[in-house]
Amino acid sequence: MPEFELARNAFGRLVLKNDAGVHEGVVPVRAFPVTAPGEGVALVSAQGRELAWIASLEGLPGAARILLEEALRDREFMPEILRLVSVSGNAAPCEWKVKTDRGETAFTLKSEDDIRRISPSALILTDSHGVNFLIKNPADLDRHSKKLLGRFL
Amino acid sequence: MTSPLPEFWQAEAQAQLALGEVVLAWLETDLDAQLRFSRGLLLLTDRRLLARESGGAWRTWTWHPNLKLERRDYAGVGHLELTDEASLLAAWRYTLGLDESARRLAQCFLERNAASSGGREPEPCAVENCPGCGLPLPAGQALCSACAIEANRPPSTWTLLRLWRFARPYRNQLTAGFLLTLASTAATLVPPYLTMPLMDDVLIPFQNGTPIEPGRVELYLGGLLAAALAAWALGWGKTYILARVSERIGADLRITTYQHLQSLSLEYFGGKRTGDLVARIGTETDRINVFLSLHLLDFATDLLMIGMTAAILLSINPWLALVTLLPLPFIIWMIHVVRDRLRHGFEQADRVWSEITSVLTDTIPGIRVVKAFAQEKREVQRFSDANARNLAVNDRVNTVWSLFAPSVTLLTEIGLLVVWIFGIWQVSQKAITVGVLAAFLAYISRFYGRLDSMSRIVSVTQKAAAGAKRILDILDQASSVPEAANPVHPGRIEGAIAVRNAGFRYGNRTVLSGIDLAIAPGEMIGLVGQSGSGKSTLVNLICRFYDVAQGAILVDGTDIRSFPIGEYRRNIGLVLQEPFLFFGTIAENIAYGRPEASREDIVAAARAAHAHEFILRLPHGYDSLAGERGQALSGGERQRISIARALLIDPRILILDEATSSVDTETELEIQAALENLVRGRTTIAIAHRLSTLRRADRLVVMERGKIVEVGRHDDLLEKQGAYYRLYQAQTKQLEGEEDHA
Ligand SMILES: Nc1ncnc2c1ncn2[C@@H]1O[C@H](COP(=O)(O)OP(=O)(O)OP(=O)(O)O)[C@@H](O)[C@H]1O
Ligand SMILES: [Mg+2]
Repeated sequence: MPEFELARNAFGRLVLKNDAGVHEGVVPVRAFPVTAPGEGVALVSAQGRELAWIASLEGLPGAARILLEEALRDREFMPEILRLVSVSGNAAPCEWKVKTDRGETAFTLKSEDDIRRISPSALILTDSHGVNFLIKNPADLDRHSKKLLGRFL
Repeated sequence: MTSPLPEFWQAEAQAQLALGEVVLAWLETDLDAQLRFSRGLLLLTDRRLLARESGGAWRTWTWHPNLKLERRDYAGVGHLELTDEASLLAAWRYTLGLDESARRLAQCFLERNAASSGGREPEPCAVENCPGCGLPLPAGQALCSACAIEANRPPSTWTLLRLWRFARPYRNQLTAGFLLTLASTAATLVPPYLTMPLMDDVLIPFQNGTPIEPGRVELYLGGLLAAALAAWALGWGKTYILARVSERIGADLRITTYQHLQSLSLEYFGGKRTGDLVARIGTETDRINVFLSLHLLDFATDLLMIGMTAAILLSINPWLALVTLLPLPFIIWMIHVVRDRLRHGFEQADRVWSEITSVLTDTIPGIRVVKAFAQEKREVQRFSDANARNLAVNDRVNTVWSLFAPSVTLLTEIGLLVVWIFGIWQVSQKAITVGVLAAFLAYISRFYGRLDSMSRIVSVTQKAAAGAKRILDILDQASSVPEAANPVHPGRIEGAIAVRNAGFRYGNRTVLSGIDLAIAPGEMIGLVGQSGSGKSTLVNLICRFYDVAQGAILVDGTDIRSFPIGEYRRNIGLVLQEPFLFFGTIAENIAYGRPEASREDIVAAARAAHAHEFILRLPHGYDSLAGERGQALSGGERQRISIARALLIDPRILILDEATSSVDTETELEIQAALENLVRGRTTIAIAHRLSTLRRADRLVVMERGKIVEVGRHDDLLEKQGAYYRLYQAQTKQLEGEEDHA
């Protein structure tokens, strides 16, 4: 059982109650958003202090877990690229049209260096505005996407 | 004026508006509540706020003094939240590209608020749009950063041609080289031509019983010798001239690239690996150089040779010539097919090569850490992994390549065979003489030999093109702290600094927001706050290592973005948190910012920084080598040298970022005392964790998580019992604790 209670107030902020008191505007943060999203979620106060550590979301009672997952969904934004529709050129800078798990979009890749490998398989692409796109495993993409991506790797 | 609504929304929005309702500002959002990409619109009018998500219904909130619209961002997503006194009414999300528009909307909302509480008519909010993409511009910029990049998009093919600007200055030599090439190629084509009369007029008649005419033979053989000598001399001339020129072009290219690299902002370097840059400027320029000096030359010779040979063949016998040239189209087609794949492969190979260099440049400076944690094996593994990737990429390229070259050879052999067959048939028909056939065969073997080597050029050209692209990548990079179009020359500044509502982001991470600070000339400011609160970042902005994302920084009343960067920085003395020494003597390091400084000046600066005595203790005094990155010195010693370096340029603004964090308390006190003289009359910003260091500051500025939370004198701030008080308490407690233990 966790030693805290979670609720959402009228302003849409998470409120955490524990032995030390009541904290408003608590935010959940995943410790390993890419390599192990399900493990290690910290609840951090508005001042940036860690209030609670949740080793695994699985172990949490239903209501709190739903609240947390909702809050995480609202905070986390790293669309996963499922398919490359088109890329405007052979070399950066170029415009990418992609299908992600959050719908279709287009972005500008400033340079090849904005494609970074963060684990043996996963890639992160950073667009010209600093939005990160994830490719979990380039090997799982379809042929067309692989071919387009291959130009930049 | 507000900019017109996007066409997509116009009709629909117009239908919503009441008669006489004025649109003050709008924002087209690109994310919905679940953070999925979808279009939405937010409209602020003089009466209300309207919003709609694609597929949803319009929602409206009538104007009300308690309504608040707040903006924040996290991880690349901006949030706008509408609240009243009791609860959250609505929230919108957008990607950070729209942040500037959202900021305007929120700002306009505030103005609307102020206008109505002041009883004025609300006015539409002025927006300046980027001519490139139509999004609102950050104040004072001509093109938004995204469009600035678009503007110099490199064309992906014919990259090598863009190197022409480096060849231009040498065009006379190049022309001379070309003419020599032409002549020497022509000279090498004489001997096969002479085989024709040798065969038909000398050898065959002799076989048929006519005696050999010595005069004639001498003439032909003399011609052969003369042609060989001419080809030798001309070949020497062309190679000499063109090799010289290409060396120079290569050097120019290297220097220009480095020069451009130096002008780029810290942001660029922040995202780059040293090894990659080193590989680009070192290896790639050299490769282009070799390409220009050897391969391009060969290629030109080959082309000429082929052209001339074809002409000669056609002039001797058009039919035979046509048969001879039969395989040519196939070869050209093959070249076309493999070219792209090769270029691509070579580009990959280059990138992997950079990776190999990067492993070296990462680990060699960090060798102490590697050894301390006994990770030598792993580093070797990392290196061999990079090498394995290199092999894999190269193997892939070589598969294509290794098939290509023999295919060309095969085609040429088939060509020869065809010529033999056709030739023998023609001879048997008495259509041509044996001499003509012999000449053809002599030409053709050269011709196809050339084709063969020309096909090899495909690979080097593609390598060079890949290299050129990576060089041009650097050259095309616009500095993110651009030089002003109409610069204002600062001269020697007074030192008044005003930071106005400044905000800054590293990538998508907001580090500073809403910073307001005015510093009078000659004032000493102590900047304190927790680690990571943005102190160094603020200083980076003042030095213009980065440009503010919002707001402005003014020095002597002028936006620092309008000063030429070099002239402005000459007024700033900076002591960095991580002091860096260059390879060279101590004296050179101190005089880094003013190489012409006299020895007296150097010693005086070192004295002031309390570095003099320890320098004298070194084996060669001021002439001791500091070693790469100052390895030979202790942390505190390095810091004092960098203080001396900053003092030597006699700056109007002195910035000390943790300048004395690595020295003992006694030395610190000494440096403090010395600094006191130097600080006088200069605007000084000192960052320190040890609050005692800042005793002499006129004002203390306390930062917390990217914001200024308190400003004031030490005593006043203590009285306030706020953030500073807590920092101070924590430190004094710690000190007392240490004393208790002692
Ligand atoms: N180049 C960078 N790229 C991305 N984030 C950065 C960069 N430099 C600093 N940051 C982040 O910006 C925040 C502020 O950093 P800054 O260096 O200004 O802190 P500081 O107040 O000087 O801390 P300290 O007292 O430890 O020196 C930190 O959270 C840091 O992680
Ligand atoms: Mg710092």
